[in-house]
Amino acid sequence: MSTALFQGQLVRLSSENPQTMAEAFARWNQNSEYFRLLDSDPAHLWSANKFKEWLDKDLESTLMANLLFSIRTLDGDKLIGFIAFDSLNWSDRDGYVAIGIGEPEFWGKGYGSDAMRLMLRYGFTELNLHRVSLTVYAYNSRGIRSYEKCGFKHEGRIREFVLRDGLRSDMLHMGILRSDWEQLEPGPS
Amino acid sequence: MDNTDSLYEGRLVRLGPVDHEKDPPIVARWTHDPSLRSLLAGVARPLSPEAVRRLLERVEKQMEETKNLFHFTLRARDDNRLVGLARISWIDFHNGTGALNLGVGDASDRRRGYGSDALNLLLRFAFDELNLHRLSVWPSADNLPFIQMVEKAGFEEEARRREASFHDGSYWDVLHLGLLRTKWEKKL
Repeated sequence: MSTALFQGQLVRLSSENPQTMAEAFARWNQNSEYFRLLDSDPAHLWSANKFKEWLDKDLESTLMANLLFSIRTLDGDKLIGFIAFDSLNWSDRDGYVAIGIGEPEFWGKGYGSDAMRLMLRYGFTELNLHRVSLTVYAYNSRGIRSYEKCGFKHEGRIREFVLRDGLRSDMLHMGILRSDWEQLEPGPS
Repeated sequence: MDNTDSLYEGRLVRLGPVDHEKDPPIVARWTHDPSLRSLLAGVARPLSPEAVRRLLERVEKQMEETKNLFHFTLRARDDNRLVGLARISWIDFHNGTGALNLGVGDASDRRRGYGSDALNLLLRFAFDELNLHRLSVWPSADNLPFIQMVEKAGFEEEARRREASFHDGSYWDVLHLGLLRTKWEKKL
């Protein structure tokens, strides 16, 4: 088994002190395009202090329900995004994955897909998940292409789920089973 | 439109608040039926009346603090007996979305129309009172009576999350069915 569980081709998964992560989240969220790709909540401009408060609370929790990693480039060790398992359900062995690349100059270049492949390997080989789930808005075509490349399959379309600029958009459900993933990967390396 | 002007009165059931004295022993009995797991604790888990009383207090606290949950008891109209529970949850007023769940507690009370009657009340509440645009339900694929009930009310399958639920020794698909306000209005 490779020891490089958290190291990919372009990025590595890391963990930041709450202050560093909070400042990054506050900076990234000022880009409303980023926020609208990420979330269906109304866009917010939360302070770094507010993010730090939430991250501090996570640090105190011993529940293994949410797992947050930062994404850093191998070249230059730049903090460019986050990836997380939300609401891991241990009896169903299902987890929702969320990813955001906050630095737009790293969009569309394979950094997110590389991080997602690491997260899937972590989910299936370390957390022993049965499946990994995600939702993505229909207007996020870059995201959808990346998830397809990583092996996610389309599982459905929730109609008119998001209302923005007076237009209703669908939300897609995608999922990858452990058996799907094993067919993609050449086996434990 | 319903046969009554009240938001809460159906033909067979009424939507009511929690009775913290009388309801917990009844709901505690229901927690021994694993088929109600999605409505109660999430996983099959028998709870004492005292544990149920605290659970219902937490539900009311969440209703008060987050405003994204409406929890109801279902009571038979003829004798006001508690027959089930219902909720509209995950409400996102900004996008006009929400999820719905309901269940009838005692097996002897099922298949008598209480569920469909309550569902009609909940749909009217969600669309006419909360002003939602759409509603979702997330049944496990083996919950056929529930799926048939919501399809009769106009819900359509939108997604099938493969093997996303484990219970009774197997993985089951989880369905997402949705009902848009426009379709509900046409059916009235």
